[in-house]
Amino acid sequence: MFDHSPAPLPALPGVGYKPQHYSAIIADAAPVGWLEIHAENYMGDGGRPLAQLRHLSERFPISVHGVGLSIGGEAALDRDHLARLKHLLGWLSPASFSEHLAWSTHDSAFLNDLLPLPYTRATLDRVCAHVDQVQETLGRRMLLENPSSYLAFAASEMSETDFLRAVAARTGCGLLLDVNNVFVSATNLGTSPQAYIDAFACDAVGEIHLGGHEADADEAGRPLLIDSHGRAVADPVWALLAYTLARSGPRPVLIEWDNDVPDWPVLAAEAGRAADALALVRS
Amino acid sequence: MRQAGFVAALLDPAQAVPQGIQNPDGSPAQKRFDVYRNNVAVGLSDALEVAFPVLRNLLGDAFFRAMAGVYLRRFPPSSPLMMHYGAQMPAFLRRFAPVAHLPYLPDVALVEIALRAAYHAADAAPIDATALAAIAPDALMGTRMRLAPAVQVIASSHPLHAIWRRAADPAAPQPGVAPEAILITRPQFDPVVHPLAPAAARATQALAEGRTLGEALAEGGDALDLGALLSLLLSQRAIIALT
Repeated sequence: MFDHSPAPLPALPGVGYKPQHYSAIIADAAPVGWLEIHAENYMGDGGRPLAQLRHLSERFPISVHGVGLSIGGEAALDRDHLARLKHLLGWLSPASFSEHLAWSTHDSAFLNDLLPLPYTRATLDRVCAHVDQVQETLGRRMLLENPSSYLAFAASEMSETDFLRAVAARTGCGLLLDVNNVFVSATNLGTSPQAYIDAFACDAVGEIHLGGHEADADEAGRPLLIDSHGRAVADPVWALLAYTLARSGPRPVLIEWDNDVPDWPVLAAEAGRAADALALVRS
Repeated sequence: MRQAGFVAALLDPAQAVPQGIQNPDGSPAQKRFDVYRNNVAVGLSDALEVAFPVLRNLLGDAFFRAMAGVYLRRFPPSSPLMMHYGAQMPAFLRRFAPVAHLPYLPDVALVEIALRAAYHAADAAPIDATALAAIAPDALMGTRMRLAPAVQVIASSHPLHAIWRRAADPAAPQPGVAPEAILITRPQFDPVVHPLAPAAARATQALAEGRTLGEALAEGGDALDLGALLSLLLSQRAIIALT
């Protein structure tokens, strides 16, 4: 149905693009094979952001990652925002477009955070309708990302993995598997991250995310991990990546580092670890 | 759970955590909900810090942070384009009693908003510097010019540029009392802030509105140095068409 999409992301390491790394990337991006941008940062009319993006897109496959669509919102999708996305994807023709299983807008207030959803039939119907609308408007397949969870909803009727599998099956969308989110959620909710991967619709995975998290505790002293994207990927998350790749096969793997962003060599070294993990499943 | 109740409790820490939100053992969540409260408040507060570094310098970190907490609850973003967040800051500052003794703050906020707008404004090729000189003298006063989309004038009843400079550099001269405007240009990618006398500010506004050079000259009055203004605009690649 969306077979005119451009070439997909390569099964190589990528990084979340930060403007301070522009010169380093142009000089030598190895081992990074592709870049991901946040769609909303490139919705201005011109200037340096768009000039850099145009130049980078001539050299690297680009993944556009939206953080503002509020696909899980109770309200209708923001048509103006969808139109802006369509414009960006139109001129950029990126290798991939992804968004989150979350909501962020209510009553026209955008809260700039990825807020959680109860996994009910009503939520499933709403999310599927919104994913359908996004894919029809943009004329391409999208990837939907699993969230990091800090709490549970009494109202939930199904597991997150069943929920995402159903969205993929009903809408034809792909999935973005954030392995750090899996680890954070499983730790916070007292479940097994490996069991989550085992239950995940790995066939639908078009991209994998990795990022750093912070450790805290709830009022009863139970571990509470916060998905901060502010440090290196934790060792157990690297182990979970290996576990995941052994099941999914090679996939594009992104390092997300959005806060306290390090110098390029540190980020490139993280991408190098992802390259090693990918090499292991190719051998 | 309705999302309206979730949002209300997110933005107001005095409200109870919405029902049906649980810890892994099924007990009602508290600290786990606070993660979202904290993420939203810190995320928006950080965005305001990035948007208004000069206000933050003038007010100090602790006060700015506390004020941001008030602002973000009164004016959460109205769009996912965070590059525009903070548009109501000048109006907020005009009515926010704790800063009533700093009447120039709203104008400083206007400059910071204009700088972000200039950074993201559409690209436009400037006219050749010789194009203006090529106009016949008797046609010059009837000429209109299109200014680049990044160009902005912030008029002020305060010595705005001197206040701006001193906020960035405490060693800069103490601001006087004479009103002074700010002109923002973007020769390539980085916006530049220039001082502009009130007469030149009025003339630039007239040009930006599509009025002729003659009308701009009249708007500026005797105090205007039109030649200096035009050479500033030309050197800043601020003029994109002559008509």
